[in-house]
Amino acid sequence: MTMANTTASQTEAPVFYLKEEHHPETGTMLGFWIYLMSDCLIFAILFATHGVLGRNYAAGPSPADLFDLGLVAINTSMLLFSSITYGFAMLAMEKGKIAGTQIWLAITGLFGVAFVGLEIYEFHHLWSLGATPMRSGFLSAFYTLVATHGLHVTFGIIWLVTLMVQVGKRGLIPANKRRLMCLSMFWHFLDVVWIGVFSVVYLLGVLG
Amino acid sequence: MFSNPDLLHFIFGRLSLDSFPFLHDPIILVTFLGVVVGGIAVVGGLTYFRLWGYLWREWITSIDHKKIGIMYIILAIIMLLRGFADALMMRAQQAIAFNGAEGFLPPHHYDQIFTAHGVIMIFFVAMPLVTGLMNFVVPLQIGARDVAFPFLNNFSFWMTTCGAALIMASLFVGEFAMTGWLAYPPLSDIVYSPGVGVDYYIWALQIAGVGTLLSGVNLIVTIVKMRAPGMSMMKMPVFTWTALCTNILIVAAFPVLTAVLVLLGLDRYADTNFFTNDLGGNAMMYINLIWIWGHPEVYILILPAFGVFSEVVSTFCRKRLFGYSSMVYATVVITILSYIVWLHHFFTMGSGASVNAFFGITTMIISIPTGAKVFNWLFTMYKGRISFDVPMLWTIGFMLTFVIGGMTGVMLAVPPADFVLHNSLFLIAHFHNVIIGGVVFGMFAGIVYWFPKAFGFKLDEFWGKMSFWLWTIGFYFAFMPLYVLGLMGVTRRMSQFDDPSLQIWFIIAAFGALLIAGGIGSFILSIVVAVIKRDKLRDETGDPWGGRTLEWSTSSPPPAYNFAFTPVVHELDAWADMKKRGYVRPTSGFIDIHMPKNTGAGFILAAISLVLGFALVWHMWWLVVASFIVLVAGSIAHTFNYDRDYHIPASEVVKTEDERTALLAKQQA
Amino acid sequence: MSAHSHAHDDHHGDGASHGTFKSYMIGFILSVILTAIPFWLVMDGVLDSKVATAMWIMGLGVVQIVVHMVYFLHMNTKSEGGWNMLALIFTIVIVAIAIAGSLWVMYHLNTNMMPQMDHEMIKSFG
Repeated sequence: MTMANTTASQTEAPVFYLKEEHHPETGTMLGFWIYLMSDCLIFAILFATHGVLGRNYAAGPSPADLFDLGLVAINTSMLLFSSITYGFAMLAMEKGKIAGTQIWLAITGLFGVAFVGLEIYEFHHLWSLGATPMRSGFLSAFYTLVATHGLHVTFGIIWLVTLMVQVGKRGLIPANKRRLMCLSMFWHFLDVVWIGVFSVVYLLGVLG
Repeated sequence: MFSNPDLLHFIFGRLSLDSFPFLHDPIILVTFLGVVVGGIAVVGGLTYFRLWGYLWREWITSIDHKKIGIMYIILAIIMLLRGFADALMMRAQQAIAFNGAEGFLPPHHYDQIFTAHGVIMIFFVAMPLVTGLMNFVVPLQIGARDVAFPFLNNFSFWMTTCGAALIMASLFVGEFAMTGWLAYPPLSDIVYSPGVGVDYYIWALQIAGVGTLLSGVNLIVTIVKMRAPGMSMMKMPVFTWTALCTNILIVAAFPVLTAVLVLLGLDRYADTNFFTNDLGGNAMMYINLIWIWGHPEVYILILPAFGVFSEVVSTFCRKRLFGYSSMVYATVVITILSYIVWLHHFFTMGSGASVNAFFGITTMIISIPTGAKVFNWLFTMYKGRISFDVPMLWTIGFMLTFVIGGMTGVMLAVPPADFVLHNSLFLIAHFHNVIIGGVVFGMFAGIVYWFPKAFGFKLDEFWGKMSFWLWTIGFYFAFMPLYVLGLMGVTRRMSQFDDPSLQIWFIIAAFGALLIAGGIGSFILSIVVAVIKRDKLRDETGDPWGGRTLEWSTSSPPPAYNFAFTPVVHELDAWADMKKRGYVRPTSGFIDIHMPKNTGAGFILAAISLVLGFALVWHMWWLVVASFIVLVAGSIAHTFNYDRDYHIPASEVVKTEDERTALLAKQQA
Repeated sequence: MSAHSHAHDDHHGDGASHGTFKSYMIGFILSVILTAIPFWLVMDGVLDSKVATAMWIMGLGVVQIVVHMVYFLHMNTKSEGGWNMLALIFTIVIVAIAIAGSLWVMYHLNTNMMPQMDHEMIKSFG
């Protein structure tokens, strides 16, 4: 950043203030990243709880009895595709292309909706088998961890739609670009958490 | 229609006429009447003096960190009165309930009192004091105009206040939790606490927790990004360093509390099995998780107090702080180590020797950096020119008192000793020793120290000294007997006793509590008397104590924009450096200043959250859904407002600065 | 105001890095591979040892997280003057302590205090 010289030369008195206006850099991205780190900790606690309670089947169903890994694989790919389509949206944003940004955002949103939809379908199916969150400690932990992730994705979709409206109204102004970058961090972060979920909850769970 | 039970149940959830305890409990009735009378007086006064507009424009919607900091401290002082009333009631009950006498508080009431006392003191007194002080001081100390996210700052304050409001509501509508301040299951689970008390607890803390977490993010980004040019990390004032580490702790600890309370809430609302006794639940996991939060929490409380003492000691000993680097390293080490000691809160739960040994050792290690700090303060005092103003008195009181508390902490860190002392009155004495001697004394020192900066006049010195002496002597009378009682085996949270030989100790403790009550009264008087005598106590220089850091370069109180020109920093203790090297305050050349706008959105969103919390407590499901939708919609609507800032015109800056120039000239004359 | 916002928001100095089409594709393809392998190992029962399979799942998961961090989140030591990386490392340390610490502590507590959690009892549940 440019400013009046801050070091005193041998003969001049030191400068103790800036005459021109001082613009601190925007803290929004760092602030959002730090918030995301705190969100990481919430998931860490849910993972820890799953780790501790994850074998408490209470004579009820276990992961091997319940999980359809094929469905989980499809879900994982929905989320992965949504990550890359958001990446394409960001590339379009960097080039200042409003239409391109909006299209890729919409596709991302659709993949996100597919993910959440499949997850609701899975929960509904498990519920109908009697594998409810109330059945055992394991199931309480499972549903809470996975649903918390799903709720975050849902919130991300709402945010995405809101941003599409705002970009539609005001274009790719700096404030909107900042918001898109924050959502980008959020979206990719959710995919990172999902890696943990499918590895620990589903794959290791079925492994037994 | 009004007698249709299904309809009433749908509208009001579990709320009914039975939920109003003041209709049948005399103590609560009297309190309620007092609150009503006081409330009418306040509302009446505001209306009569036509202050509602002023209040809304200048305070409620303010995003100015200085005003928000002041509001936090006002909230804390109000909640201190409630929390301390709880303490007086407990001391009175324990002093008289011997030889079959049951006292005046039946157990179900007493249990709510000790729970409320703990929750209020930690979450709604200590946290707001700490947050308020950091909010007020840090931007000024780093040469910034405000925090990084001014709107979020306002929102955070109102969320904390709404959490407090929910707790206060529990006194008159329904009941509070009877589980202790950490609400351990299975007692806090729906089976053993079917009432609304634990639900009040959960939602009050969740709402306030959002505020605290956001405040943590806010201050970290502020300190990282908004320091004045030239102020490298190792040239930051020590209070700013402790604020940074405190806010890192907040961001890294509060999510754990959020998650655990969600799990407890799910157990209560959705019949899940996280902490139940059957179907695969594990109540010990709650205790494990809550203390992963709980231990960093106490460091969140104490680190800012350490920061205050560093500033006060160097100012009132007219000497640069001894060992700045080691202070910084000690603070950072404490921050990290605070995450690996948490099991010392439940040595007796049965984790075994190897686990207990590990955590016992780490707990003892964490006392070392704190000890280093105490030595640094002492070395700063050595050969300094000490003046015993009230902040310095609090500091010296802290050094004696906190060290004793720290030593009893190291005793408790030894697992075999803890097996005898856990959950005894020895533990109670220990943590009150460090919290009062450390946090409370530190906050009083900070308030007295920075009050002239905030309001333009000092606090009354006589009543300030009175407050210090009554608090200190009162503390020793109130808590030293508890160490004795604990060593004799007396358990905490008991409202009646069989052994009459214990009574004398409780009477002494009650006497101590009365002295402390005098101390609180004196503190309030020091404010009231100062307001009355403010012209005599006026500070017109901006630097009444001969401070060393940048906040003392501004006027008292500072203008909304803090600094007409952003300072440039060369050395540690920037203001002391400026004074030494003949700094001349600029009196011309002022320019427009870019500032954030006030907004009511924070207050409104927090108020909706309060409604949501209340609805969740009482199972008014229609209101839960409705307020949640309004909350989300309102938040989204707020993001459509891009018009968040404005410019203070140069002419106004000129006017403000010229006024100060004239005032300073008057000093010279 | 717009002149100011330009000065405020010019982030090319130290702000977030950006991807390129190529980097997103590399990240994507690596992620697909790193996802397919663990699913294949479990669904087809490829390895005899459950422990080895578990190690592969965890290991590849960690690698994929790093891939996401680098290629999607553009994690590097420069962004935000190194504060992003510092925050991430600090968070990873706390997450590791919270999870590993909880597992260790709870294992000991369960062993000592919850006798019905022994292996014999679990096996009898089928």
